[in-house]
Amino acid sequence: MRPITNNYNCNYKLKNTRLRGHKMITKRIIPCLDIKNGRTVKGTNFVNLRDAGDPVELAKIYSDTGADELVFLDISATEERRKTLSDLVLRVASQVNIPFTVGGGISSVEDVDILLKNGADKVSINSSAVKRPELINELVAKFGSQCIVVAIDAKYINGEWIVHLVGGKVPTERNLFDWAKEVEQRGAGEILFTSMDHDGTKDGFANTALARLSNELNIPIIASGGAGNIQHFKDAFTEGKADAALAASVFHFGEIPIPELKKELKTQGITVRI
Amino acid sequence: MNKERVPPLGARGQIVIIDYGAGNIQSIKFAIQRLGLTAVLSNDPEEIRNADKVIFPGVGEASSAMQKLREGGLDKVIPTLQQPVLGICLGMQLMCNYSEEGNTEGLGIFDVDVVRFPDDRVGGRESAPSADRSIKIPQIQWNSISHLTSPLFKNVAEHEFIYMVHSYYAPVTDQTIAVCEYGIPYSAAFAKANFYGTQFHPEKSSRTGEQILKNFLEL
Repeated sequence: MRPITNNYNCNYKLKNTRLRGHKMITKRIIPCLDIKNGRTVKGTNFVNLRDAGDPVELAKIYSDTGADELVFLDISATEERRKTLSDLVLRVASQVNIPFTVGGGISSVEDVDILLKNGADKVSINSSAVKRPELINELVAKFGSQCIVVAIDAKYINGEWIVHLVGGKVPTERNLFDWAKEVEQRGAGEILFTSMDHDGTKDGFANTALARLSNELNIPIIASGGAGNIQHFKDAFTEGKADAALAASVFHFGEIPIPELKKELKTQGITVRI
Repeated sequence: MNKERVPPLGARGQIVIIDYGAGNIQSIKFAIQRLGLTAVLSNDPEEIRNADKVIFPGVGEASSAMQKLREGGLDKVIPTLQQPVLGICLGMQLMCNYSEEGNTEGLGIFDVDVVRFPDDRVGGRESAPSADRSIKIPQIQWNSISHLTSPLFKNVAEHEFIYMVHSYYAPVTDQTIAVCEYGIPYSAAFAKANFYGTQFHPEKSSRTGEQILKNFLEL
């Protein structure tokens, strides 16, 4: 390595003007769209959608109303799923001007290559990483940490957070915090943590586990599972120390409009992009 | 009313995105399409030299991206370009003198070295349990830009949000045209003569990013 030759005294431009001085990072709000055969699964009640099942239309509404990122989670199990998904990614990339992550069934460098080439900003891997953790290293070496998200589904069993596979159905031997640390050491850029105990309850995020992840790791943590009202998001950011919060149905069914959510978070002292 | 006389977008020459196998170039191409224009992808030095505007993208690791540039001879082409050139993210970093990432010699356009964000784990987490955990690496967030001093930011207000994804940064220099903070102030954008660089992704920065991209294409 050669020595760094920056002249740090050249910050002269900043001397007479005030920086914001905020150390808080801007928290991100991320709607998640479940995709099956190129269509959204859970449905929505957006009245102004021409085609309620079209992920691209929904994605555009979210990006126009202040979502910070989007996640597309593919749950199709057909032979053509790769082709359908990469076509969808291309359509989303052409229409949406915010970053988006694609996950679901990704298990190889080739899978990731196609999705990134078609315009995905990040990919998320889950079961394939648990089965073969070296995959994380391989993806990071080829594409960089910044685009590799590792999704972890976990359940609290007998006093321990246990990592689960197949959408939370199959328990593993792994402990959430040990696995998360390994994921970070292998170079992943972010962790998307879903608490199976909280998912679908609309009772709030798993803030204790989130806070521990955030304290023990140095990469951003995305909270998932349990969003039911605006206070839950606030708690995930303050108590849970999450960097981002992800939700699906509360957004899809208009229970929490994103502009209202961000306005309220800002009022309560959370730094958000408005 | 004093209306600026700017030729309409698209009424000029070709917009070329340098395609050297590093990065999410599709998104930049689409962002330009959303402005009603067309960009071509090219690694041909002649086509790049003849372009009206050149965009130099980059995502991934610095030394391997630089290696790909060298293989195509593009490391010699880019610094000699005369038309407006915009480096994005890693593209901007490669336009600097040097990057700590992979011990990489850059193109030397912007007179600064790129360094890694200070890692609060250095020295051991256990010894500093109260360390500020809000500064994580990579920085992945919408950050706000200030100290805007370039036509690149026409119609962009101070403290508007842009999307940042990176682990290495360039400090503030006299070539800085926008500043961000992430624990420390650093350069969100540079300009030198016909060369521009943004650490953020205008193609992913919603309407603010579209305005910045439009401004570049109107230079």
